[in-house]
Formats: sequence, structure tokens, C-alpha cells
Amino acid sequence: MTIGVKTVHRPDHEVSYLRATVKGMALTFSHLFRPKVTMQYPEQTSAPDWTISNRWRGTHRMLTDEQGRSKCVACGLCPQICPANCIKLVPGEDEEGNRYPLIYEIDEFRCVFCGYCQEVCPEEAIHVGVHYENAEYDRDRFVYDLERLCAQTHPVSTLWDPSDPKGE
Amino acid sequence: MTPELKGEILLGLVKIVVVFGALQLIVMNIVWAERRVSAWMQDRLGPNRVGPQGLLQGVADGLKNMLKEETMPANAEKGLFVLAPALAFIPAMMTQAVIPFASPLPVRFDWTWPLVGRIAYDGAMPMVIADLPVGFLYILALTSLGVYGVVLAGWSSGSKYSLLGGLRSSAQLISYEIAAGMSLIAVMILSGNVSLTAIVAKQQESVWFVFALSISFVVFLVTAFAETNRLPFDMPETESELVAGYHAEYSSMKFLVFLVAEYANLFTASALMATLFFGGWDIPFTTWDQGAPTVLKSLVTLVLFLTKTLSFCFVFIWVRWTLPRFRFDQVMQLGWKFLLPLAIAYVMVIATSVYALDLAGVAFGARYGAILFALNVVILYLVFWLLDRGRLIRGARAGYRPAAVRSSP
Repeated sequence: MTIGVKTVHRPDHEVSYLRATVKGMALTFSHLFRPKVTMQYPEQTSAPDWTISNRWRGTHRMLTDEQGRSKCVACGLCPQICPANCIKLVPGEDEEGNRYPLIYEIDEFRCVFCGYCQEVCPEEAIHVGVHYENAEYDRDRFVYDLERLCAQTHPVSTLWDPSDPKGE
Repeated sequence: MTPELKGEILLGLVKIVVVFGALQLIVMNIVWAERRVSAWMQDRLGPNRVGPQGLLQGVADGLKNMLKEETMPANAEKGLFVLAPALAFIPAMMTQAVIPFASPLPVRFDWTWPLVGRIAYDGAMPMVIADLPVGFLYILALTSLGVYGVVLAGWSSGSKYSLLGGLRSSAQLISYEIAAGMSLIAVMILSGNVSLTAIVAKQQESVWFVFALSISFVVFLVTAFAETNRLPFDMPETESELVAGYHAEYSSMKFLVFLVAEYANLFTASALMATLFFGGWDIPFTTWDQGAPTVLKSLVTLVLFLTKTLSFCFVFIWVRWTLPRFRFDQVMQLGWKFLLPLAIAYVMVIATSVYALDLAGVAFGARYGAILFALNVVILYLVFWLLDRGRLIRGARAGYRPAAVRSSP
């Protein structure tokens, strides 16, 4: 069986190597003087045509109530659902029977930033944040404890909403 | 040894140090320029952090490379593996020696130094390290030597990618050297000399050879791209097929030496084109620069020479970031089937017309150049018409099928 080859006869000015070359050279030359798209990051953290998505899933933040205590009720759903097994939770109970976390730690190195913890949380306590500047001098600093999670102030992710898949 | 000879030796040493130092600086900044210009062409900014406008990027890169680990592949031919970068680097540096970069500089001194004795010089110092009588033949010879560095690097690495890169480079460089040499014969016919200083003087007398010998210039420009291994002829290092070609196994300073050699070759090719076809340090439309030598004249002509040369460097960069790479068989086809016959035919045409012009009694000068230019315009038109698609070079042909496919049922 042979393959049928269709020969297309295009006019000279469409297939000319030289004209295409000259055209390409002119195009690259004109780009020399066009405005540049580079955002100079450390000095410049935003640009008119660039914003960080509010569905961005960065390092976590624990929301707090009016008294400054974490909203977490130590129900244990987030360590249960976490696929990377990076949340360590030891529940405690006060004399009125309110549950609260004795230890709540997230290992941000193990975290895969799936956002399931935020999705599953019945109290809307733990959130993934719209935040990307996480550099530290020490590996140990990447295990965030409860105090540190509560102290974060960055905006939190809105996650993906199935009823509004394109975020409109 | 006479004081004058000692003076000449001293000046020669000074020139060597200054020119090679300046060459290193220029190479460093061509690397920076390449990165900046390529970035601008892609609407980016490029390196702009180290020093003003990123000008010290080369220093940072050099330091980084010195601190990196030197690797030695297990299969490498150790001696040659270490020697190859030097073999590529030394010819690249040495070619600069015969290129005159400014009008003669008046120098006058008469000193008496301990150990050396009386040392004196009085007169115009030619602004070229060595005005060799063999002129550009020296450059052609040294660029051929530069091939050894690339080929040996490819072979001694003990890696198939490197070997293929080295083989390709030997095939390509040797093919294009012939066409380059042939195109320069026309220059030799017109100038009557191979010394670059004499060629510059001849161009001052008449017109720049880019007008009188346009085809030679076009052929030489194309071969210069091939000789410097730059896109669209970067077959020795084709990233997409050969990883990095002949220097795939090199790291640290050994790699940097290849890089410097490559850019030094680029600068030399640009300087050679400026000298052979654009009058070297000649200032157009004036004979002021040919009068009695002064320091000012030397400075102005030096600036002009650098302007011409760096413009060619820009063209190299510009083309690299515009045109895609040739297929290897197309490279060979262009070199052997088009450039070489064209260069040979052109030598005949030029020889005939020079003979005819001499018979007609036209004196060598501006009118002589104008007549040759008119001839060149006609040939250029014909060549570019021929060069276009479907005449000499063609794309995939519908009727063509390899033998294996044809014989199968």
C-alpha cells in the first residue's frame, strides 16, 4: 500500500525562502524596541497584567475567633484526609467539654498543597494561603506549629468551586 | 641590538598585551550582548543585575565557572580531553594578530633602562600586532587549526553525542573553508595583495570591497556563520539532537574556554569582514584619516573599526535568534553545490572583468569600483533569484521516495 501524497502548488511569494528570511529578520528587529513583559520580581511584586490567582494554594493559615484562639475543634478530619500525611494533631478537651488541639503541626515540606484540609474542615479553621514567599534559613522552620499558623496574616485561598468551575 | 629594534620589541609586547586583554573584555561583553539582545528580541529583559545594565555578568559567570566542579568522563581519552579546549582557544586568540585596528599611531620615546640599555622609537607605529606578509592566509590557516580543538574534544569525550558533534563540525568547517578561501581570491585579485594593511589601503584608494565584490561578501558572510558554528549552521552543537555536541562532556573552566573561543572566533570573523569588505579602520568620504598620523586620527579610526566590527557581531546575534537551523544534508548541499561553484565562477568573472578594465585603461579608483558594483548588482539579482525556493534548494519533494520504500510492494 502506498501513501497518497498531495502536492500543493503555492505561489512564489508564499514559499520564497528569501522573503521569509527577510520578514523574520524584520520581525525580530522590531521586537528589540517593544515594551518588555518581564516583571522584576523582588523589587516589583505586581504588574498591571499580572495578579496571583485567588485559588492559589500556598502555605497554611489557621483562622482564629474573636478571642484570638484558633477555630480548630480537633475533630481529626484534616489528618485523616491529608494524602501526604503531613498534619500532626493531638486533641485535648477543656472542663466544659470543648475540644481543642493540644498539638497542631503541619510539615510544609511533606505537604502537596492539595487543599483537602481546607475543603474538609467543618469549622473553616485551617486554610491554604495565597502566599508564596516561604524562604527560611533552617529546615526545622518548615514545620509550622499552631501558634505560627494562627499568626499568619496572608489572604486565604478560595479553592475551586464545582458550581463555578471557571471562577467567574 | 640597536635601540630602535629594542623599542620595536617593547611596542610589540605592549600591543600584544593590550590587544589580547581588550579581546577578552570584548568577548565577555559580546556574551552579555548576546544574552541581552536575544532577551529583547523575545520581549524579555535579559541579565541586568550584575553591575550597571548587567555589564559585569561575564565576570560573575567566569567566577561561577571557576568554582564549579571539574568532571572527567570515565571513557574519556584523558590527555586529549584536557588539551582540546586549549587547541580551540589558542588559534581563536591568535587570529586577531594580523588585523589592523586603527591608523598608525605616532610614537616617540628615548629611554635608558637598567639591564636593557638605551631603548628608543620614533615614527608611526602600525596599529596591528604583526603585519604579516601572508595576511589573511594566516587567518584561514589558524581557523583550520581551530577545527582540531572541536574534533578532538568530540572524540576524546568518549560519548556518542560528542563524537557526532565533532564529526559534523569537521565536515562542515572543512567544506565551508573552501568556499571562504575561494571567495577571498576575488579580494586578492582586486587588491593584488593578501596583507590586510594593503587591502585596507586599496579600499581607501577606490571603494569598499563590499561594493566592488558584493558576491564575495555574501559568500564570505555565509561561510563565516558556518565557520563560527553559529545558527543557522550550529550543527556541531545542535541542542535538540546532540545535547550540546562536542562540548557535552565539558564542565567548569574547560567549558568556559570553549565558550570564549567561540566568541573570539565570532569577533575575529566580524573584524575580518569589516577589514576585507568595509574598509577596516577607513573613514568613508574623507581622506583626512590617510594623512600624517596623529593620536586623534588613531582614536577616531579605532572607534570606527570597532563600530563596524561590533555591528557585524550584532548581525551574528540577530541572525542566530531569528533563523532556524539547517538540516545537515542541507548544510552540505548549500556549501558544496551552491557556495563553492558560485565562488569559483565569481573568481572567473572578477578576473575577466579586472583584465577587461585594465585593457580599457580605466584607472584603479572610484570609477573602477562603480563599474564593478554595477556588474555585482546584476549578479546579485541573478543569484538571489536562483537561491530562492524551487530552483537550487528545495524542500521535501512529493515525487521522491527512498529506495527501500519504492521496492516494497
